[in-house]
Amino acid sequence: MHRVVKISKGLNINLKGAPAKEFTSVETPKLYALMPADFTRVTPKVVVKPEDAVKAGDALFVDKSNPELQFVSPVSGKVVAVNRGERRRVLSVVVESDGKFESVEYKAQDVLSLSADEIKANLLKAGLFGFIRQRPYDVIADPKDAPRAIYVSAFDSKPLAVNFEVALKGNEEDFQAGLDALSRIAPVHLGICACQQAAALTVAKNVTTTIFKGPHPAGNVGVQINKTAPVNKGEIVWTIGAEEVIFIGRFFNKGKVDFTRTIALAGSEVKNPSYSKVVLGAQLSNIVAGRLENKYPNRIIDGNVLTGKKTTADGFLGAFSTEVTVIPEIMNDADMLGWAAPRFGMYSTSRSYFSWLSPKRKYTIDARIKGGERHMIMSNEYDKVFPMDIYPEYLLKAIITGNIDKMEQLGIYEVAPEDFALCEFVDSSKLELQRIVREGLDKLRAEMC
Amino acid sequence: MKFLRNYIDKIKPNFEEGGKLHAFRSLFDGFETFLFVPNDTAKNGVNIHDAIDSKRIMSLVVIALVPSLLLGMYNIGLQNAIAAGTLAETSWFSMFLYGLMLTLPKIVVAYAVGLGIEFTVAQWKNEEIHEGFLVSGILIPMIVPVGCPLWVLALATAFAVIFAKEVFGGTGMNIVNVALIARAFIFFAYPSVISGDSVWVATEAICGLGSNVDGYTCATALQYVANGAAPVGAAGELLTSCDMIFGFMPGSIGETSVVAIALGAALLLYTGVASWKTMLSVFVGGIAMLYVFRDKMPEAMPLWHNLLLGGFCFGAVFMATDPVTSARTETGKYIYGFGIGAMTIIIRVLNPGYPEGMMLAILLMNVVAPFIDYCVVQSNVNARAKRVTKKN
Repeated sequence: MHRVVKISKGLNINLKGAPAKEFTSVETPKLYALMPADFTRVTPKVVVKPEDAVKAGDALFVDKSNPELQFVSPVSGKVVAVNRGERRRVLSVVVESDGKFESVEYKAQDVLSLSADEIKANLLKAGLFGFIRQRPYDVIADPKDAPRAIYVSAFDSKPLAVNFEVALKGNEEDFQAGLDALSRIAPVHLGICACQQAAALTVAKNVTTTIFKGPHPAGNVGVQINKTAPVNKGEIVWTIGAEEVIFIGRFFNKGKVDFTRTIALAGSEVKNPSYSKVVLGAQLSNIVAGRLENKYPNRIIDGNVLTGKKTTADGFLGAFSTEVTVIPEIMNDADMLGWAAPRFGMYSTSRSYFSWLSPKRKYTIDARIKGGERHMIMSNEYDKVFPMDIYPEYLLKAIITGNIDKMEQLGIYEVAPEDFALCEFVDSSKLELQRIVREGLDKLRAEMC
Repeated sequence: MKFLRNYIDKIKPNFEEGGKLHAFRSLFDGFETFLFVPNDTAKNGVNIHDAIDSKRIMSLVVIALVPSLLLGMYNIGLQNAIAAGTLAETSWFSMFLYGLMLTLPKIVVAYAVGLGIEFTVAQWKNEEIHEGFLVSGILIPMIVPVGCPLWVLALATAFAVIFAKEVFGGTGMNIVNVALIARAFIFFAYPSVISGDSVWVATEAICGLGSNVDGYTCATALQYVANGAAPVGAAGELLTSCDMIFGFMPGSIGETSVVAIALGAALLLYTGVASWKTMLSVFVGGIAMLYVFRDKMPEAMPLWHNLLLGGFCFGAVFMATDPVTSARTETGKYIYGFGIGAMTIIIRVLNPGYPEGMMLAILLMNVVAPFIDYCVVQSNVNARAKRVTKKN
């Protein structure tokens, strides 16, 4: 049997609007975009011009320092815009779909007959390598590295997240082929949840499967690495999302790139939250059209409530996003004496509120920060929701003070910003912990690389 | 409440950059956030936040202090009546009012001085006002004797806020407990108003309440114990366990009643604002040290009374658990609490100059706390380093 790891620290935030296990068809979006900011560390060099015709699999931009690492169009059609921001930073490359979803043709291959280098070369050529991230630093992996292992978390424990078993249905062979391909590069560790029954997960081949039990962040790949074999200084571990493994398998099985993924439209402000099949990078307008409540001003989030980015209906689905969440921006703009009022309807992990009395109740939480930023005052707030063998407060302080030796000693190589999302949620001092960790990782990488 | 919100929104521009009243921005900001939860929404990072904030945490501590404060006020009147021998004809309410009249000015002075400095610093550093002083401001009057003059209190508060807190960067950055620094300032700069035998019982009538008692002296129970005598109350009678538990004895305003402190402790522990680990360890440390020194203790009093007298309970519940100055690691909290309890008894027993040891013990452990945390965190660091060397 597989090894079982129990995680006790953590928190499941009970939000209203979890997706039902059914599919809602959406009108095929017209515009698709790839946003370089999703691919942390990559400095994009755009290789297309507006009006260029592209197929799915044709490069839109490449990594300036390593041009063979290319990022490809998810659909066929023509490039309509290369949007730039301050200092000409590329914000997005937008492609208008011709509705045919034609892919560059490759030949189908049996992955198990290929060597590690051939697999890497194929992934680079197809634009799939850019979906592999690495620890340390939580950045896009470098194809020249030889990782110690590759970790795949097959479940997302974040609030209102996609149930991967829904996404997996019908893609079992591709998922296994993807795992096979990765296993040629390095040993693959698959983390599954005790609740998952799909055979493609429980008896997946060529992987070491570990079962994780417990609240979020049990599904975070960083926690799974930390609980099985923590990343040491000098080691490199690759991570990749479970839906991206399907892309890889599909590429080898069918000989073409197909970025169709299962996403959830979820959140308290969504009518009938459910799943849809959408191609990566799709514009959100068609996905959310007619499906939102308009009780409050809405916040549309590309991703989940903990790590997702605020966007608009005109925005695009991020490269790594598996859901779109819609929550209220502000539910009550005259919340009087909040520090003293009982606030029965509010969710808090603190017992100064009453939400702990009804653990099953589902909450609508708006985007307000609900307090001012302070220095760290309370202790043991972060520790309660941070299951890794790391002192989060001390690591954060080392990052804030820019002490590189301390960061290393306290385990910065093992963490990613998303691991601190729950800490940021519960923090009574309202510090932007994920931003702090990202800056710390960037600073360290600039020093080390 | 919409009209108030609208009114605030209307006058807000005056306080912003370039407005007429910009010099009072921090004050306006403080009041606005006091009245209404700020409507700022998350810009990056998590999109939702827990409803808890430091305002609520700080106000919880203040609420937890209220029982001790009210009972302390009553006790002031009670001690005055006992000293004057007018206990039979004084109602409990007039005793309470008398105590209120003597305590309220102290609270007002502490808040006015402390918040005044905080607002000024917030304005100067262009920061939001931090609410840490809400707790310090009520603690300071509660840990001084009723006879402490207001000007000394004002001076001590100013000293503590500036030199124990603001120079380190404000709430959350201080190394030692601000309220205790205020007390220590008085203790060393003006020892006559915080020790001896003439400040613990109020002896002057005020607005027709209370009675004048001439030439009256009464020390705290601990001072009697330190001199080898049995602890006696304001009328010279032996203190009973009951007096000690309910707090009907001379002492600093808020520290005497174990029952009231226990109520506060219950709230702090239930809400998780204070750490039970620290609180428990203070008592464990105290008990352990009492056992060690059991032969050196005066026979006139049972050993366990030591935990009821002086600031032991008050310090354990409200001062030792201050999250900022306490040890911040969970293992560290056990060591830190134990150190406070043990050190208090050591000071009480071995140093005849200081009959009360709680203040000094907490201040000492405040200073040691970062070292305790360092050792705890270092064990994690060492384990990580070992993992690397084992691999290679």
